[in-house]
Amino acid sequence: MVDDKVITAHKLTKKFGDFTAVDQINFEVHKGEIFGFLGANGAGKTTAMRMLCGLSLPTSGEATVAGFDVYKENEKIKKSIGYMSQKFSLYEDLTVKENMEFYGGIYHMTDKFIKDKTASILKKLYLEKEANALVRSLPLGWKQKLAFSVAIFHEPGIVFLDEPTGGVDPVTRREFWNMIYEAADRGTTIFVTTHYMDEAEYCNRVSIMVDGRIEALDTPSQLKKTYRAASMDEVFLMLARKAVRAAD
Amino acid sequence: MKQFFAFVKKEFYHIWRDKRTMFILLGMPVVQIVIFGFALTNEVKNANIAVLDNSKDAATISLIAQLDASRYFAVEKNLDSYKEVDEEFKKGKIKLAIVFPQHFAEDLQHFNKAQVQLIADAADPNTASQLTNYATAIIHDYQDRVTNNRKLPYTINTEMRMLYNPQLKGAFNFVPGVMAMVLLLVCTMMTAITIVKEKEMGTMEVMLVSPMRPQLVVLAKAVPYLLLSTINITSILLLSVFALEVPINGSIALLGFESILFTLVSLSLGLLISSGAASQQTAMFISLIALFLPTIMLSGFMFPVENMPLPLRIVSNIVPAKWFYSIVKSVMIKGLDFNGVWKETLILVGMMTFFLTMAIKRFKIRLA
Repeated sequence: MVDDKVITAHKLTKKFGDFTAVDQINFEVHKGEIFGFLGANGAGKTTAMRMLCGLSLPTSGEATVAGFDVYKENEKIKKSIGYMSQKFSLYEDLTVKENMEFYGGIYHMTDKFIKDKTASILKKLYLEKEANALVRSLPLGWKQKLAFSVAIFHEPGIVFLDEPTGGVDPVTRREFWNMIYEAADRGTTIFVTTHYMDEAEYCNRVSIMVDGRIEALDTPSQLKKTYRAASMDEVFLMLARKAVRAAD
Repeated sequence: MKQFFAFVKKEFYHIWRDKRTMFILLGMPVVQIVIFGFALTNEVKNANIAVLDNSKDAATISLIAQLDASRYFAVEKNLDSYKEVDEEFKKGKIKLAIVFPQHFAEDLQHFNKAQVQLIADAADPNTASQLTNYATAIIHDYQDRVTNNRKLPYTINTEMRMLYNPQLKGAFNFVPGVMAMVLLLVCTMMTAITIVKEKEMGTMEVMLVSPMRPQLVVLAKAVPYLLLSTINITSILLLSVFALEVPINGSIALLGFESILFTLVSLSLGLLISSGAASQQTAMFISLIALFLPTIMLSGFMFPVENMPLPLRIVSNIVPAKWFYSIVKSVMIKGLDFNGVWKETLILVGMMTFFLTMAIKRFKIRLA
């Protein structure tokens, strides 16, 4: 296999005082892959993700994102990634178009790029009529698809999605995953945390974190075989039950 | 720079879309100036008084007419008995009662001596003493005229000059105070709230993942409020000069510079508060309790700092508004130049540097 690793982590650790939130995790993510990052609440997945995004400095271990070191090349990493948080992170009192102009602006995109890209996204999401509507007035599902489009507005190589489908109905979730597939097909690497085990099945590979450690990492089908389980749900429960750390 | 402008533009959208807040921010200084200027005044005007005239002679009638004619008093009621004085006060209709004994004019003429009693409602001690002072002054005035021809053996004439504010207008005092209050409110509270709002909404996180530098985020947040403050400073000064006739005796440029300096101090303070507060409510609460009250109480605007006990006088030194208040008074009313306010200016610069450094430092720590 060619060396197409876009994210690597080696003994990556984060401690808050005596508490080890992330305990020596190792993994690699390849270009264009949809990498699912699973774990119960408090297992350490958000902390791990924050380290990779440059929001938090690791205590020890190594990690690279898009070939850049998380300790030293923080700024370069930020230019190469997109990020969508659980809260969708669009400005409710701005219009759809203004939100896109804003994000394009802070990512140094040219005016022409912003204009063309905005038009193509609106067209794709059938939101052309809502271009000048306040985001506040849109239904949740639209906001979420819009938030994803904004996260990949500057066409980053990697996009981090932190529980992107919370509170959304199954149909919209399905549509949302179609968007993720399309992005992955274009070569974008997707790093996604989720609670929904059916979504885990959509991923190329998943890792399951328990108490700050990665307990399992493989393709969904291989994991089911290893743990002799019928679904990812069972795999997850088997592993998550081992947790000693209380969920928050 | 493009990033910066995109961000500033977005901030303006936030302010513009929230019409209610925007009107409060821009209307507040106007309303405050009007309220302080025309309604809330400690100058006494047309206080209702009652007169019990047991003499009813030429002297008392002309004295009463003079009191009524002055702008301080309005004779509300003529009483017939001493008992009524008490009743009127209890009704709360009058602030002062004047009692002339029988034979007032005769006593004055024959014995060169007459009595008059002033009864004031001292439930409000300041007003009571002010009213008795005014009434005494008017009575002395009358006496001087009556005794015009006769020479008294000794007289000491006191001549008073009220420097900088000859008419003793309250506006000279509160315009600087309102300026300090408004700037503090707009800058400190609003910046603190808008930054904390981004934290709550989760948009701050997205900002920090973006290539935009945190310091730039902080600065871009401050720009729109600096502009709003400039509008407010202008409207306060225009209103004071044209509606309240408070002069700007010093240099307008210096006044503008000092106001912007104070705005920057307030902005830095707002940034510092936002770096510590987790919710909008906390940010608002800290801004109000930790800033607003001390500004009103300890800046010298409401109560003179010199008369406070030593611990409070020491504490008042860390209130930025105290220094700004003193600067505005010196420049605007006394007409001093920079040499007269450099010490206060230096203190404000020091405070700004301190707050800003702390804010940016704490902002970074949060990221690690």
